[in-house]
Amino acid sequence: MLGRYNSILVVGCDSCVAECAAGGYRETMLLAAALKLAYQKEGNCPTITEACIDRQCVDDFIQRIADLVPEHDAILSLGCGAGVQALARTYFDKPIIPALNTLFIGETEARGVWQENCLACGNCKLGYFGAVCPVARCSKKLMNGPCGGSRDGRCEVHPEIPCGWDMIIRRLTTLGELDRLKEYVPPVDWSTSHAGGPRRIVREDQRS
Amino acid sequence: MKSGSRLKRVLEGGHFAVTAECGPPKGSDVAKLEAKARHLQGRVDAVNVTDNQTAIVRMSSVAACSLLKNMGLEPVLQMVTRDRNRIALQSDLFGAYALGILNVLCLTGDHQSFGNQKGAMGVFDLDSIQLLSVVRDMRDHGHILGGEAIETPPRMFIGAAENPFADPLTWRAVRLAKKISAGADFIQTQCIFNIDRFEAFMQQARDMGLTDKVYILAGITPFKSAAMARYMAEKVAGMDIPEEMTKRIAGVPKEKQASEGIKIAVETIERVKAIKGVAGIHVMAIEWEHKVPEIIEAAGLTDRPQV
Repeated sequence: MLGRYNSILVVGCDSCVAECAAGGYRETMLLAAALKLAYQKEGNCPTITEACIDRQCVDDFIQRIADLVPEHDAILSLGCGAGVQALARTYFDKPIIPALNTLFIGETEARGVWQENCLACGNCKLGYFGAVCPVARCSKKLMNGPCGGSRDGRCEVHPEIPCGWDMIIRRLTTLGELDRLKEYVPPVDWSTSHAGGPRRIVREDQRS
Repeated sequence: MKSGSRLKRVLEGGHFAVTAECGPPKGSDVAKLEAKARHLQGRVDAVNVTDNQTAIVRMSSVAACSLLKNMGLEPVLQMVTRDRNRIALQSDLFGAYALGILNVLCLTGDHQSFGNQKGAMGVFDLDSIQLLSVVRDMRDHGHILGGEAIETPPRMFIGAAENPFADPLTWRAVRLAKKISAGADFIQTQCIFNIDRFEAFMQQARDMGLTDKVYILAGITPFKSAAMARYMAEKVAGMDIPEEMTKRIAGVPKEKQASEGIKIAVETIERVKAIKGVAGIHVMAIEWEHKVPEIIEAAGLTDRPQV
């Protein structure tokens, strides 16, 4: 991807991707150093500059690298998918190459362990399910689960996946609210999710 | 209830029902499907046609049901929500009923990671319970999801599956109740090997008054070999196969394992038949349809009611 550029600006993001130990200040410096070494080994010496901003998805922060951008042929972004696209919108005449592969909205469950737990479906029902999301935590997105494949609290898809419905039932049992699950949950309105097309929020009270 | 299904008449007539399963071919070979079905002709009250079972691509279950129907068999259309969204599911229900298919079994389906299209997007727009409610609303209220009225709505006899062995055990009967109130007229259970646990499940169902509201058909699968028993015990999702059963079949010489498997199946039928609330059996002889007559005969269930 990068072979065609003589100068590359490596831009990290010191928020979520830093928490994920994937694209923060530290990883940005490491990646830039590794790139320089790799190029040197091949006898090439492109200009590689590193920079890290607090949030690649917020315009105020994106502006802070504005003076570095014109000096480079391309930007290698360590932001998430949103960060990469935000840079591309601002620096519309620069190629922006993603350094990361954005996976999911998750939680740092333990050091070095990240767990997907929200699909941003736009129709939050966590209150009914003991704050365990059946959309994100059940491999089949069952609203009236569990399915017949759950065994010893493990999902049929892989024994390393905890059964979301087992978690829901245990949590509601603890809370004494298991009765919530006796109600039939009707089909989900997915139009609030990505199924309804790319989503956008505009809040006039925040705009001035 | 307004479905013209034969299976419905058998069950409502108080007869002990016998259904079997027929997996469509991988491809469009009609002769192969018909050969399988001929073993079941006149032997069972209805035949379930699986819907891309274990996420392996096969002939569509609507098409295969229609072919069986043309042979004079009574098909039960299995429908999973894994592969089709609510538009396609409802459309296929219209089509199935137009082809004379009168029974449907509403399932979520095995996850696509089990099959031969592992990169597929799993749809799961609805779950099995929501699908039940969709089919019931078509039949009893004449409308599709969202309330829009339809002309000539499908009037299906509606089934659901239940796995008495999946965890958490205490939740299984509650989920069964949910399926009944969503529209299930009959239930076909997962293959039964752990009869004690099945009895406990039936006890729960009786205590909750569920056996008065739904026909429960006990799932029976004969082992072809000790290797199959082991494979099912270890690899197949949702199976509960007690060790003594795998040991029993492994304990006989290889050439006798098939007949031992059938013997176990027949014994299981006899035991479940004695459980109060069991309205029939559902024989899932996987790629072994030709053995179904032998099993049914040994279990003394050859004479199918004329209804």
